[in-house]
Amino acid sequence: MHGDQLVNFAASLLTSVALLVVISLGLAVIFGMMGVINLAHGEFLMLGAFFTLSGVRAGLNVWLAMIAAALAVGLVGLAVERLLIQFLYGRLAATMLATWGLSLILVQVVVLAYGPATQGIPTPLGAVRVGRYSLSEYNLVLIGAALLLLAVVFLVFTRTRYGTMARAATQLPDMAGAVGINARRVNMLTFGFGAALAGAGGALLAPVAGVVPSMGQAYVGRAFMTVVVGGPGVLTGTATAAGLLGSVDSLVSNVFSSFLGTASLLLVAIVLLRLLPTGISGRWRRQL
Amino acid sequence: MSSALTLRHRRRCTAIVAVGLLALLTACGGSGSGGTTGGGSGSSEPIKVGSILDETGPLNIYGKAMSDATKLAISDINAKGGVNGRMLQLVSYDAQSDNAKYTQYATTLAQKDKVAVVMGGITSASREAIRPVLDRTKTLYFYNEQYEGGVCDENTFLTGVVPSQQLAALVPYAMNKYGKKVYVVAADYNYGRISTQWVEKYASENGGSVVTSEFIPLESTDFRSVINNLQAGRPDVVMSLLVGGNHIAFYRQYSSTGLIKTLPLVSATFGLGNEQVVLSPAEDKGIVIATPYIQSLDNPENKRFVALWHKQYGDNYPYITDSAVTAWNGWHLWAAAANAAKSVDRAAVTKALEAGISIDAPSGKVTMDGKSHHVIQNVSIGETNSTQGFTVLDTKADVPPAFEQEVCDLVANPATNKQFTP
Repeated sequence: MHGDQLVNFAASLLTSVALLVVISLGLAVIFGMMGVINLAHGEFLMLGAFFTLSGVRAGLNVWLAMIAAALAVGLVGLAVERLLIQFLYGRLAATMLATWGLSLILVQVVVLAYGPATQGIPTPLGAVRVGRYSLSEYNLVLIGAALLLLAVVFLVFTRTRYGTMARAATQLPDMAGAVGINARRVNMLTFGFGAALAGAGGALLAPVAGVVPSMGQAYVGRAFMTVVVGGPGVLTGTATAAGLLGSVDSLVSNVFSSFLGTASLLLVAIVLLRLLPTGISGRWRRQL
Repeated sequence: MSSALTLRHRRRCTAIVAVGLLALLTACGGSGSGGTTGGGSGSSEPIKVGSILDETGPLNIYGKAMSDATKLAISDINAKGGVNGRMLQLVSYDAQSDNAKYTQYATTLAQKDKVAVVMGGITSASREAIRPVLDRTKTLYFYNEQYEGGVCDENTFLTGVVPSQQLAALVPYAMNKYGKKVYVVAADYNYGRISTQWVEKYASENGGSVVTSEFIPLESTDFRSVINNLQAGRPDVVMSLLVGGNHIAFYRQYSSTGLIKTLPLVSATFGLGNEQVVLSPAEDKGIVIATPYIQSLDNPENKRFVALWHKQYGDNYPYITDSAVTAWNGWHLWAAAANAAKSVDRAAVTKALEAGISIDAPSGKVTMDGKSHHVIQNVSIGETNSTQGFTVLDTKADVPPAFEQEVCDLVANPATNKQFTP
């Protein structure tokens, strides 16, 4: 293997892993901390992409537009929690049904607001040449952003008062209540935080994907797979699952074809769940 | 999750297209004897006609425009006096990018709504889902979308452009301009697979070759490995036969690596879903396509069509796609044939269509080829320009569906029912 091919391979692999991290982190937070299976996760990603698009069209710098989009989706998440999710805690099937319905509504609202046509924003930065290959510099941004988002989640849950309360409410809800933690408020914030992470994921996708109301469906499957394979550890589970699945997908895709890449990713997920039914982080000392 | 899936609401949307009274009066005034044709046919009941398209889901990038074109075509036909003096009433269903729904709605249209004709289907997979249903229920069927060619079926008329019209023009053009080594990236279902065989055929006929062909599932959005393989393969030109909203990511990623400036891209499907809007004007330049319709075509019927379209849907409507015009053509061909036959009976309309009826379409003259049930039409080579539209480079007039004419003769052998491949 030539040097340029190796560099290209490595960049491609890391980008695959980073993509899985950014699309699944929001889902992992909401599922891991609240036990809510958010079937509208794909649509939160989609909203993040559309808000970024609007920001860029309004003349905002693309990076600022991404941050604003993530915050805006966070606000949408807060509203959704207040109006919908808070009435359904502890009822897994009901939350799934409600979020599924929400996903349909969000898609149609966006179709009405933006039209069904696919749109896009130019990819920021340029491309670098490595030997015979040219690589998009934006891929490096994706890798950096994945690390940054993981760091943000880590810091929020370990270094802030809210984070401590949220973890307490997850691990020992009764005790948390007894010491005066307001679970309602904590849950609302957690859902909003998860939504904002999903929004950030969508915002990061916007320059490399077609921004279209149905785009959530294309990513939500892989996000769920990453979270399920990762298991209960929000951070450690997601990161290791993304690392494993992304590497397998990228290696097989590059050596054979992208079809076999997707197939091998599914195969690895099935085998892993057969051997570790609670996910990779299932038997780890639960921290994050 | 599957129980949640079935709860996805089945939207039934029955649109009764209102008669454009003023337009009708104008049309009658023009013909002079219009007043008597309205009452003369005896029945004033509207004729029910059916349409199934993907108005939601990933395929709505094509379906929305086709559905808009369908509504506009019906109101245009009604404004011109309808069919045999009767108005058309459109019964339309949204298949939600789900092939199972196509079968279900085709059955409903044929058996419950009892429509005179069904038009619809976008992907070839959806066409093959409803074609047998409509054959069995003896309901006339029009498939109005570009496809891989070769369908030969007495009950089915296909108005979209086929490879022997489109790829036969595009492949040699690309090879003359860019070089002999072609890399094909195609959607992984019957359209992409069969069209790739056509690209191979036309490439080798012109002294070139397909160096690699890669097939991508419709659900795929990550094209990094494709782009890596593509750079390693070092072709002269890339042919995209990608389909649907997810695959649009390919063009973004192709452009973000800067390849779009160094490795030319031609496509049989680019633009059908307004893909050109996804790229910024600077990135967009120089992608070559071949379709019967390009919005900037200069002919009177196109001017009328574009004006009508913008009046109905607003001036801000995105570029009008070839798929939309193909749907418009299908309805007008059927209406012309039903008027000529003075009936909407399946056998009578089929006979009129097979007689080689032709219409003035926005894409130019469109003539039904009776034996093959495909159309003879113009094909234009276009190139993306800096206004996110297409510039017409060349137009070939009256291109016959050569392959279909060669293998399919439904006048002599009406019992034929198969899809021929190269």
